[in-house]
Amino acid sequence: MPELHTVVCMKVVPKPEEVRVNPQTRLLDRANARSEMNPPDMNALEIALQLKDRYGGRVSVISMGPPYFEPVLRVALAMGADKLYLLSDRRFAGADTLATTYTLAQGIHKMGGADLILCGEESSDGATGQVPPGLAEWLDLAQLTLATQLDLDLDSRLVFGRRAVTGGYEELQVPLPCVVSVRTASNEPRFMDYRIKERAMQEDPITVWTADDLGADEAMIGLQGSPTVVSGLVQAPSQERKRIYLEGSNEEIVKQLLNLLREVL
Amino acid sequence: MVASLYGVDAEQPILCVVAESAPGQLEPITLELLSKGREMAGQAGWELACLLLGHENRDLADEAFAYGAQQVWLADHPLLEHFTIEAYAAAAFQAITRFKPGVTLFGATPNGRDLAGRLAVRLRTGLNADCSDLELNRNSGVLVCQVSGFGGGVLALIEAPHHRPQMATIRPGVFSRGSPDYSRSGQLLPVEIEIREENLRTHVLRRVSGESVDLTSAPVLVAGGRGMEGDFEVLRRLAEHLGGEVGATRPPVDEGHIERERQIGQTGVVCSPDLALCCGISGAFHFVVGIEKAGTVIAVNSDPQAPIFEFSDYCIVGDVHLILPALLARLEKVPNA
Repeated sequence: MPELHTVVCMKVVPKPEEVRVNPQTRLLDRANARSEMNPPDMNALEIALQLKDRYGGRVSVISMGPPYFEPVLRVALAMGADKLYLLSDRRFAGADTLATTYTLAQGIHKMGGADLILCGEESSDGATGQVPPGLAEWLDLAQLTLATQLDLDLDSRLVFGRRAVTGGYEELQVPLPCVVSVRTASNEPRFMDYRIKERAMQEDPITVWTADDLGADEAMIGLQGSPTVVSGLVQAPSQERKRIYLEGSNEEIVKQLLNLLREVL
Repeated sequence: MVASLYGVDAEQPILCVVAESAPGQLEPITLELLSKGREMAGQAGWELACLLLGHENRDLADEAFAYGAQQVWLADHPLLEHFTIEAYAAAAFQAITRFKPGVTLFGATPNGRDLAGRLAVRLRTGLNADCSDLELNRNSGVLVCQVSGFGGGVLALIEAPHHRPQMATIRPGVFSRGSPDYSRSGQLLPVEIEIREENLRTHVLRRVSGESVDLTSAPVLVAGGRGMEGDFEVLRRLAEHLGGEVGATRPPVDEGHIERERQIGQTGVVCSPDLALCCGISGAFHFVVGIEKAGTVIAVNSDPQAPIFEFSDYCIVGDVHLILPALLARLEKVPNA
């Protein structure tokens, strides 16, 4: 039986609590925000590592972004991933979902494909959840999204998973190879392995591929490959709230609260 | 530049809502999209269509007409009885490339997101996810999608001017449902769908429906954040007394204190209760967008600097672990307080 090759798609995002809104321009100021691994992608990596613990094989991590993402991504190696691929090229910049999924698919082709491709449910900065199905479409693979449990039968090359749907769940069976998105917070990502941490953070080689390395179609990447354009920014309509402070002892506050509830309801 | 399968020159002035249905009825999200779609199509002089995917689903057409659809594209096929991505994507693709609508809307639900995500790639077009508002430009036919940015107070306007259909997903509760008019009818257009069973890679082994919660229509929302330190029991009892539902910010959901279906905000549910009681919630923008439509907002937080107070009508600087149990005790003592 050939070994299981799992690819985990990971994104580096600014820490949400450190992104500020510039009070003058009202634009997002990410300059002082540190980067972190998109938390939902850590749940996907954890599943990949658990499957490796159980079935053997190897885990590759793929990401798209500038070279300075490298230290953040190396955490995946320190947790137990085997290889790290960074798709990095100025021409990838400005990619929307269509261009992003195309580029990731090219990267996965270039690494020789995979049996199982795992993604986080969504990114903490974009939160659209559109990458997993888009990627599955480019790769022409089956998909299993919002998975909370995952089992493999390597002999029959089948994946069994539980998919969260509105008001319940489904138990699905899909064939390998396939794309799976892992439900956020469905597991507890492991800590870095301190025995390999230093090597992982400093020495382990990582693979960086440009658009040319991928043989990517220029028309399909970055801004060129992105149908959507930002045509403007507007201030969110904020309803003026009364902002009345209730004062006093807890007992007095509760009394005022009760009166308020009577009024409103 | 990447070109969509059909372009602006081939589009029809039709706004299509891709429906989701439960046995015997359309899902609330579909009714919301039809109501908003009717308004947009009306203003732009377009037609509103509803794509119904299912099996023996002809009866749902009347409900779609009642909520404003002027055309119903009926895809009735045994393999569409239950959602599988292969069957639904194939059927929707065939209907969309046949009728070539200028705009196609989906619910930002598990099935709607999966379907939209695959179709956008298959059609080589743009997809705007989780839009908080939509506008269809009467002159240009361009759909302008309002999408909440990452962080406070800024909304991005995003469009896909050169690609068709212009696709968007919208979360439940963002648009309100109009009143149905069952005297309305429209054109019922059956769509011949070709799906082969051997092309379906997904096999559904079991479907389990749990207790489904609808936070969008709850009159009272009792929401808890990190400051509750996992104590959601007091919130559940408060909600019960006030005739409402419990919601939460993301951290308690991630920590497993409460079901994900109850997450409020940008990546959760948008609510419009008469009253929102926000407990131990700091007030990050991600959350606040979910309660903007609330009638009255009351916040309890021990941090006087918490941004939540900016978005509240009544502000209580205090300890949720003292104030809420005291409130609950009073409510339990005084029926219908």
